[in-house]
Amino acid sequence: MIVTLLVERDYGTPASTGTGLVTLEIDGATVIVPEGTSVMRAAATAGRDVPKLCATDTLSAFGSCRLCLVEIEGMKGTPASCTTPVAQGMRVTTETTRLQRLRKGVMELYISDHPLDCLTCPANGDCELQDMAGVVGLRDVRYGYAGENHLDAPTDHSNPYFDFEASKCIVCSRCVRACEDIQGTFALTIAGRGFASKVSPGVDQLFFDSECVSCGACVQVCPTATLSEKSVIELGIPTRTVLTTCAYCGVGCSFKAELRGDQVVRMVPYKDGGANEGHSCVKGRFAWGYATHRDRVTKPMVREKITDPWREVSWEEAIAYTAAGFRRIQAEHGPEAIGGITSSRCTNEEVFVLQKMVRAAFHNNNVDTCARVCHSPTGYGLKTTFGTSAGTQDFKSVEKADVIVVIGANPTEAHPVFASRMKRRLREGARLIVIDPRRIDLVKSPHVGAAHHIPLQPGTNVAVINAMGNVVVTEGLVDRAFVDERCEGFEEWAEFVSRPENSPEAVAVDAHIDPEELRAAARLYAKGPNSAIYYGLGVTEHSQGSTMVMGMANLAMATGNLGRDGVGVNPLRGQNNVQGSCDMGSFPHELSGYRHVSDPAVRKIFEDKWGVTVQPEPGLRIPNMLSAAVDGTFRGIFIQGEDLAQSDPNTHHVTEALSMMDLVVVQDLFMNETAKYAHVFLPGTSFLEKDGTFINAERRINRVRPVMAPACGKDEWEVACEIARAMGYEMSYARASDIMEEIAAVTPTFSGVSFAKLDHLGSLQWPCNVNAPEGTPIMHVDTFVRGKGRFVPTTFVPTDERANRRYPLILTTGRILTQYNVGSQTRRTDNVAWHPEDVLDIHPADAELRGISTGDWVVLESRVGATTLRAEVSERMPVGVVYTTFHHPGTGANVVTTEFSDWATNCPEYKVTAVQVSPSPMSRVSAEALTGAELTTAGATPAS
Amino acid sequence: MTTVYVPMDAAAKSVGADQVADAISAGGGSELRIVRNGSRGMLWLEPLVEVESGDRRIAYGPVRADEVPSLFEAGFLAGGEHPRRLGPTEELPWMRAQQRLLFSRVGVIDPLSPDDHLAHHGFAGLRRALEMTPDQVVEVIKESGLRGRGGAGFPAGIKWKTVLDAPGQTKFVCCNADEGDSGTFADRMMMEGDPFTLIEGMLIAARAVGAAEGLIYIRSEYPDAVRVMSQAIDIGYAHGWLGHSVLGSDLSFDLTIRVGAGAYICGEETSMLESLEGKRGMVRAKPPLPAIAGLFGLPTVVNNVLTLASVPAILADGAEAYNALGSGRSRGTQVFQLAGNIARGGAFEAPFGITLAELINDLGGGTRSGRPVRAVQVGGPLGAYVPPDQFDVAMDYEAMAARGFMLGHGGIVVFDDTVDMARQARFSMEFCAEESCGKCTPCRIGSIRGVEVIDRIIAGEDREGNLALLGDLCEVMVDGSLCAMGGLTPNPVKSALQYWPEDFNR
Repeated sequence: MIVTLLVERDYGTPASTGTGLVTLEIDGATVIVPEGTSVMRAAATAGRDVPKLCATDTLSAFGSCRLCLVEIEGMKGTPASCTTPVAQGMRVTTETTRLQRLRKGVMELYISDHPLDCLTCPANGDCELQDMAGVVGLRDVRYGYAGENHLDAPTDHSNPYFDFEASKCIVCSRCVRACEDIQGTFALTIAGRGFASKVSPGVDQLFFDSECVSCGACVQVCPTATLSEKSVIELGIPTRTVLTTCAYCGVGCSFKAELRGDQVVRMVPYKDGGANEGHSCVKGRFAWGYATHRDRVTKPMVREKITDPWREVSWEEAIAYTAAGFRRIQAEHGPEAIGGITSSRCTNEEVFVLQKMVRAAFHNNNVDTCARVCHSPTGYGLKTTFGTSAGTQDFKSVEKADVIVVIGANPTEAHPVFASRMKRRLREGARLIVIDPRRIDLVKSPHVGAAHHIPLQPGTNVAVINAMGNVVVTEGLVDRAFVDERCEGFEEWAEFVSRPENSPEAVAVDAHIDPEELRAAARLYAKGPNSAIYYGLGVTEHSQGSTMVMGMANLAMATGNLGRDGVGVNPLRGQNNVQGSCDMGSFPHELSGYRHVSDPAVRKIFEDKWGVTVQPEPGLRIPNMLSAAVDGTFRGIFIQGEDLAQSDPNTHHVTEALSMMDLVVVQDLFMNETAKYAHVFLPGTSFLEKDGTFINAERRINRVRPVMAPACGKDEWEVACEIARAMGYEMSYARASDIMEEIAAVTPTFSGVSFAKLDHLGSLQWPCNVNAPEGTPIMHVDTFVRGKGRFVPTTFVPTDERANRRYPLILTTGRILTQYNVGSQTRRTDNVAWHPEDVLDIHPADAELRGISTGDWVVLESRVGATTLRAEVSERMPVGVVYTTFHHPGTGANVVTTEFSDWATNCPEYKVTAVQVSPSPMSRVSAEALTGAELTTAGATPAS
Repeated sequence: MTTVYVPMDAAAKSVGADQVADAISAGGGSELRIVRNGSRGMLWLEPLVEVESGDRRIAYGPVRADEVPSLFEAGFLAGGEHPRRLGPTEELPWMRAQQRLLFSRVGVIDPLSPDDHLAHHGFAGLRRALEMTPDQVVEVIKESGLRGRGGAGFPAGIKWKTVLDAPGQTKFVCCNADEGDSGTFADRMMMEGDPFTLIEGMLIAARAVGAAEGLIYIRSEYPDAVRVMSQAIDIGYAHGWLGHSVLGSDLSFDLTIRVGAGAYICGEETSMLESLEGKRGMVRAKPPLPAIAGLFGLPTVVNNVLTLASVPAILADGAEAYNALGSGRSRGTQVFQLAGNIARGGAFEAPFGITLAELINDLGGGTRSGRPVRAVQVGGPLGAYVPPDQFDVAMDYEAMAARGFMLGHGGIVVFDDTVDMARQARFSMEFCAEESCGKCTPCRIGSIRGVEVIDRIIAGEDREGNLALLGDLCEVMVDGSLCAMGGLTPNPVKSALQYWPEDFNR
């Protein structure tokens, strides 16, 4: 969908949620709008745009600019149309000579304190002040320009992505309000009063030094050039728009890619985007420059041995080499000796085609996905209990939640756009329970605070959730009607959780929790009335990940918190398309739509469509592939956009496996850690080059549209097709939409999906079929997908990974706002200004014991490996727990993580590693030199 | 035992009342009881010392500390003659001319004596209110015709009714004691002189609208009022007049004080609410009205000190008695405050309808400088300047408005014939520029430009063009401003231009 520059209609004030209708007259025309609508919005719907500057429909009315004055019969004076609600029978006039005189008078005041450099201003042509001066017919500023003014106010260039040119500020407070109402950070304020009023980050701080999180909301709402993207200042106003979807996290924000020619000038969040409704974070909004980074590899490369230098080759040669290599391995070691890994960073179409390549051309089921290492327990747990491997709600549902439980997730860092939504609801009065070892920002931040924070010991999730269930059952808080009507297995579960060993008091010591606090939290959750659980990798990446997912499902069922707005069990997915890559049949045991390969009826659908036999036995999971490689039975792999060597646990084991294989094919944007072990490197496409769909954490299928041609000359799905063909299986598509057609044809939950419908409706939440032609925002409304919701007793089996005398601390890992995953993208943007390296957070008591201060280099050592990084002494940490991120390859956090994994899905236990921390014997200087060196040589990939 | 009254009112203290009290205490021995009362409102007589004599009090004033020995020598404790002796307080012309409802106890009682409050019919109004339903209380206030004393004169009963009818369990009563108008001090005198009456008024308001929590927003420039009100609240809690089950009834009411930070705009009710919420004092757009969505977005009564302090008497004596006073639609009494260049300045309570001439000439005695009065500003810094030939105007909301004037909070500031009205017009814009919250454009930028334009007029630069521009600016400020601050600033400017055009053309 390529259009010229898409300028979204601004109705001035948000749509009213009122239900009744009000009829009024505006300039003689009859207008019918919902009650609670502003006169301004009503006028706009009638095609009568009232002049405005401080009003914009993403913010509630403020009433400061005084341009939108109107006359209303029976009301004295000239009320502001933005702050005046409509009333039945109201008669409004938007244009009179008096109003024109007043508006001109207001503009005259504005311009008396504004630079007159329109022609050289970055906002020239995109400035509401300029527009309004035109609209009101301002021809003269009789005050002159010699009066008191702000023309000498300095410009703040400190933010890497935008400038704050204070001399152009009209003090409309849109930026301040956006920071408060939309983003919820409260970094901006108006300092001073009267004519001295000015926008100020913090107390006279620079933007970069303030609490600003660079979400871009302020820049977006600024009506002048005051807050401008540096890219616009440099390149000028964009001329065309392509609607697309961000490729970072699982929130899946819709963006307007605004371009000049094929050059992206800026990414602006799209108001009609279902997931983000016009909001963004620093990554999606600004950190897209990696897509054209000079490090991009755009030519296929081949080498015989990994010690050989790379040799650039043609696509034909690369594909022929790959196909021949795979065929040779199969001939020598059997059909099961090769496999493929799909990427959650790629489109559904690319993933579907890749898994089809494995099943149809490799003739085995050795396909797995990087979702294995993040949300596979979600799939298992929710499928077992509810019948489908996905979150139950849409994001909007949080607006109806009364109690919000955040477990093992840190939304303000990892899912910031959803976090803003959540925080808005919390500011409206919803109560918050945080279950997380660390005191994450949500526990206490401006105008948001947790009613209960349960700082549990990493690895004890299941004990804690069982204890909450214990409280619900033993204190009579069960929703019997819901349970009786809609669930099964309750009695067995109830008997299990009410055992004394599952009481809060019994688990308190091992889980390091206050039993009274946990009881209070359980009661709060149970009483809701609408209670919603949001969780992240702090739930899944444990040896009991799947158990915990079922534990949460049990709790939600027992309290009747499913099947409507404001409730549910919701995974916050890590990657843009982790939901989709799982949906597309990337698992060795499941075909698309989570249907088991052992089911002949399911296989038949694919066999008929594909004209091949689909193997009835599940193939190998990633960890099995790696073990088999070490054993010598698995010898060739195609890795689509995942950096196993950096993102997967126990790096030594991974690299050993890779180096044992005969043919490792990596498809990626950049040379990464895994590519060091590859024989073929196939260049991939960035999200700006892809045509297809991503599916976010709320099952929302969003379109990804190319803004430029693939830098490597080929779509990724085309490459998979060519390899399949070279291996003897005929597979081709004319365009990406044809792939979705095939997905819809073979997948009942997608049968109603097509690019045409997506282009028409914007997005669709699966299931989307004849029963739900426009998709399904909320699941399990009347019945569960599996019929009855199934309670599963969830015995707590502690991990074998224990702290001991040698490794007395527990390491847990996570993410930071400005960086993403292994950092291969964000480290190639100016985001490094905020997070130049990974650091180890450690509690003051643990630090003091070891003689460690903030900034010191420390050695972090587990029984499988060691790494060196800087320490940050932080009271966010509980005693005995340390924390780091894994964004930088130099840190190699996964060098220390172990091979333990979820019992059901093999999702690695990243969140619990017994470690020791000690001051580094290395001098500060040499440690810096080492890190620097690794940073310059080591690439990384958009994987995991 | 003789009781001597020496005011602890801030105005009296500013001219040495504390030293006078110390001197009397030092000379009096055990036979003397000193009561630190509020002020009687005759500020030109402060420090005004009163000696109890039977059921009357004999006034001496103004008394300097160094004159105290001579008072003892003159036997003032027995009402002895002295050059400062004024006679029985209640018979002084200023006192006799007044009709004190609101200030009936101010200056009379010990402000922090619970016994005094009860002895002077304290809580008669509250007791009546507790016998009524909330609707009935609201009805009494409506019938009394009580209007808001903060300046806008909005009917208090209608406001209370709106809050009563607003849905929700949690409601607030907020007292606006951010008395910032030039030449006004009645709120301060009330709080310093009779704090329990204000508390009683707030309790009745709470009863009427269903509020359980109240706040008094006092400007930081009133440290004495803050102290007295705080002590009164503590005493109120100790006596069961605040907190759970007030006077043994089912009314529970918690009351706290918030002190402002020096912004005039926080006297505007929505700014005050923002400030009470801990935010920057910035005006909110209305609607929603504070009565519907006020403090923390909940239904809130916001009334001025004098409005709330008028309530106990209305309940105690009935709506009819109150409504019998006043003129036109302005019912009851108002405490007028005479200030500026005036011979006899102070607080004078009278029913609405008294004329400016009576207040300034008869009671105030003309200017202190002895020169002719040239202008008075009524209603604070946003009120119009009134020329002497308009002094026949009756002091009621509508009569003043009919002539383009504003009664406001009842402050009257007098200027003699040395005043330059162009400078005064400039000052009005300057005041607005100084005190604007900065939210709306007409006020934020307009006031600055107003100063500049008037400067050019005064300097004789393109006088005609600049006068036209000033006229246009005033229209934008009046019609375009978000609140009364910017909207009323043109009042004094336009009145100066209208009545003293010669000052703009020298």
